[in-house]
Amino acid sequence: MTDEPTFAPEGSARAAATLVAERVAAHLGDRLIGQETAHGELTLIVARESLRPLARLLRDDPDLRFLRLVDICGVDCLAMGREPRFAVVYHLHSLKLNAWVRVRVPIEEDDAVVPSLVDEWTGADWCEREVYDLFGIRFEGHPNLTRILTPDDWEGHPLLKDYPFEPEEVEYSFNVHRVNAGRVVQRPD
Amino acid sequence: MSRQSDFEQQMAVDDERRPVGPETAGEQTMVLNMGPQHPSTHGVLRLVLELDGEVVLKCTPVIGYLHTGIEKTYESKTYHAGVTLTDRMDYLAPLSNNLGFALAVEKLLEIEVPPRATVARVILAELTRIGSHLVWLATQALDLGAMSVFLYCFREREMILDIFESCSGQRLMTSYIRPGGLKQALPDDFEPRVREFIRIFPSRLEEYEALLTDNFMWHERTVGIGKLKLEDALALGVSGPCLRASGLGWDIRKANPYCGYEQYDFDVPVRDEGDVYARYLVRVAEMRESLKIVQQAIDWLPLGPTMTSDRKVAFPPRSELATSMEALIHHFKLATEGYRVPAGETYTCIESPRGEIGYYVVADGSSKPYRVHVRAPSFANLQAISKIAEGGLVADLVAIIGSLDPILGEVDR
Repeated sequence: MTDEPTFAPEGSARAAATLVAERVAAHLGDRLIGQETAHGELTLIVARESLRPLARLLRDDPDLRFLRLVDICGVDCLAMGREPRFAVVYHLHSLKLNAWVRVRVPIEEDDAVVPSLVDEWTGADWCEREVYDLFGIRFEGHPNLTRILTPDDWEGHPLLKDYPFEPEEVEYSFNVHRVNAGRVVQRPD
Repeated sequence: MSRQSDFEQQMAVDDERRPVGPETAGEQTMVLNMGPQHPSTHGVLRLVLELDGEVVLKCTPVIGYLHTGIEKTYESKTYHAGVTLTDRMDYLAPLSNNLGFALAVEKLLEIEVPPRATVARVILAELTRIGSHLVWLATQALDLGAMSVFLYCFREREMILDIFESCSGQRLMTSYIRPGGLKQALPDDFEPRVREFIRIFPSRLEEYEALLTDNFMWHERTVGIGKLKLEDALALGVSGPCLRASGLGWDIRKANPYCGYEQYDFDVPVRDEGDVYARYLVRVAEMRESLKIVQQAIDWLPLGPTMTSDRKVAFPPRSELATSMEALIHHFKLATEGYRVPAGETYTCIESPRGEIGYYVVADGSSKPYRVHVRAPSFANLQAISKIAEGGLVADLVAIIGSLDPILGEVDR
């Protein structure tokens, strides 16, 4: 039922990447926007419309069998100057190929919606809630898209690049005047 | 008189009724909050339970009580300073976390780590695994009432913490394994201390097993409780001892070895029952295997430097600062700006005591990471709780939480 993990030696990570790339290119064709390989890791870039088909292919293809969804995270590319602003990054793991693959889905800032993968992998539930909580990216089809890490009444999405590190600037001797400009000091009587 | 017989009648009715399962939901259920402050939730875990008497009909975990914005903080600190953040996530296996981050950054930097540091990392990682499993065993036993085991496990853990303290000055948040190697050279008493630990630990492990493994009360509380099926485990992304107790012998140290794990001779314990008892047996056996690795590694520990010689990454030795201008400049730049990591991204994972811990590091060529996302094993493992706790008793829930071994620091980050 579940494939026995094959603890394959070093070289086959490259073979696994080649197999995945070929299979995906064969099935998706030009729906695969891009592909990168660096540090021995394969990244597939697809638009969000092709995310579910790609996920199903990777999971169900008998030679690929990416049964484990390792993680989903978001990246805010604002400070990198990359367009579009967001990328939702999925990491999948195949025991059969003994390899990981990364799927990146670029998302526009003003249309930050991605199809949910909860039906494909149950573990996507909390991962997608985390991305929603920290970035504000919505997942269509998620049964319970609520904040998970921050309190329920939190405002804002903390991991955005324009979300400040500190709620207010720390006062040092060199910026004391700037920090205190306009602040009313109440002295105890 | 009549009140007593009414009570007896009611008790008799309840005994026959014994509801188990969602078909009785809504009849007379109670919503109870377990946590976030609770001695048995292994951290600030809040479970919203819908109970029918003692039976858990629905268990909804609510997390985020330990969220400290670590991933955001990474973006404001250099890579060197970021090592300190890694300790604080999975706070019971800090050296394991350090190692994951160090391996990820070293991959991006494309630098080599000297062999002494590599072998020392294996020893420290395995000692961390033993230390973490000791805390797991101690707290799991304590939750189920076996308080002596708690005291015995912490006694052995003290020896491990003493080793860490002698290496890095810190018992717990060591930040000892850094990109490039180790923070400083191994102390002179490292080898004697480790050998002493190897000498005494097997008999101590026998003591714990003698107390628990064939204990009737332990069996009653753990056998058949909280069964996690393999296909559920895979769909949830469960890893580590929880996955290995459900039948799949996948261990990153064997499948994708790092730090030279392929050279060591050790087994990966697997069980297929998937219940609390199976997870117990797997972790106890893992402690034995880890000790085997430590034994082999300490025999193979080569001499040499413990930090890479690449001066763009490693601090120069203090003795050189007095005589070499270049060393002074390197030191200044490394301390103020930090080393720059070429643009790129990597997902590097290792086998932590809880499972697959992965660091997804996105670098943009500056001295601060652009994005660091930590794939915490407990985050995925904890998702399993609603599946395996529902239908059981509250007392079983306590055993189940312990057996999943969540660390809320890494769940919430």
